Amino acid sequence: MSLWVIQRDLLLAMRRRSDVLTTLFFFIIVVSLFPLGVGPEMNMLRTMAPGVVWVAALLASMLSLGRMFSSDYLDGTLEQMLISPQSLSMLVLGKAMAHWLVTGVPLVLMSPVLGIQYDLSTDALLILTASLLLGTPVLSLIGAIGAALTLGLRGGGVLVSLLVLPLYIPVLIFGAGAVEASTAGLGAGAHLSLLGAFLLASLVLSPWATAVSLRISME
Amino acid sequence: MAINWFKYSSPASFYVLAGKMIPLFSIAATILFAVGLYIGFFVAPTDFQQGEAYRIIFIHVPAAWMSMFLYVMMAVWAGIGLAFNTRLSSMMATAIAPTGAMFTFLALWTGAIWGKPMWGTWWVWDARLTSELILLFLYIGFMSLQAAIDDPRRADKAGAVIALVGVVNIPIIYFSVKWWNTLHQGATVSVTSSPKMAATMLTGMLIMSIACWMYAIAVILIRTQTIILERERHTSWVSELKGVSS
Repeated sequence: MSLWVIQRDLLLAMRRRSDVLTTLFFFIIVVSLFPLGVGPEMNMLRTMAPGVVWVAALLASMLSLGRMFSSDYLDGTLEQMLISPQSLSMLVLGKAMAHWLVTGVPLVLMSPVLGIQYDLSTDALLILTASLLLGTPVLSLIGAIGAALTLGLRGGGVLVSLLVLPLYIPVLIFGAGAVEASTAGLGAGAHLSLLGAFLLASLVLSPWATAVSLRISME
Repeated sequence: MAINWFKYSSPASFYVLAGKMIPLFSIAATILFAVGLYIGFFVAPTDFQQGEAYRIIFIHVPAAWMSMFLYVMMAVWAGIGLAFNTRLSSMMATAIAPTGAMFTFLALWTGAIWGKPMWGTWWVWDARLTSELILLFLYIGFMSLQAAIDDPRRADKAGAVIALVGVVNIPIIYFSVKWWNTLHQGATVSVTSSPKMAATMLTGMLIMSIACWMYAIAVILIRTQTIILERERHTSWVSELKGVSS
């Protein structure tokens, strides 16, 4: 059931490719702005890189949250999903996964290139990519709750950032922390394990909370 | 004799009960604040390490406790409102949020004032400070979500979901000084071991905490009364109330 939703959302995204590319280019531009803002000092950029890439990933993932449910809400598909006999949590899980495939995966694939811009070592690049691979699905899953709660509200776009960004903070801390720990020679194992734990916890809890929120918003 | 526990879950009868309780809690808060501040400023001895500046703990520690307790209370009431569809519990949750946010801000603010002479800096990115800041953001998120939704029933339920999701932050704040050994000192007062501070200091701090509780309860009840009046303004019992003209 989730697979069907993923397939459908991916097909819709492929028909409107510009949406996907906008998010990706937003991510690239934000990351590229920092060296222009703080100066091209390589030592400083190297220490800043994980944080900058992660913050940009957070913002890119958050900005695309509005699209997760809004088009389905406007054309009535969401209502049909709510009254369908299928489990709403599974449908929501599919939508969150589709959001991750469309916005998260391109960021993960792009991050090594951006890391090179910041002169990161090969090890650090690997850890950065691994942390993003584990962390970006968490962002989509948590974001789904915020997107469902603000569905159809005026000023929903700004509101969703207020709701979702505080919940993103742990992912940011451990995601960027993984790279810093490995550069400091401490090993990124602990940070990556925690990110994995976040992923599993949000995989179980978030679709359920999102389904409840959708029912509240659609009443 | 069976007691009807549900009598006061009706906004109309709770409004009357709250009206009776507010003066009691207000008076208790005033007296306890006066006693607590007197002990804090005049009775408690000067700390040999921190000098006079430590006296800010008499408001800092109770405020930090309240910020966490009130969030849990808010989430519990919101959760009850979501699960059992009781109007009054959701109103309580809405009423708790601004007081909780105020205490969180107070804890951060007094902490900064204390940190300047002690640590030599207003702010550090320490685990406990950061998680307390996140708590403030969670309160603000809860309040702005409720403010953005016009339908009060939907606002209650949506707020409940975000409050319950945010509750994971509370254990993180509480155990942050244990899990991460950072600048903020560990807990001085705990239930399981004898306190590591002078008896008068402890008494002062506990009295201040109870005073904060009394203040919070009084303010929350007043706010709940206001919310009840606002939402029930079209009902007959409100129009029959004395002193309320619509």
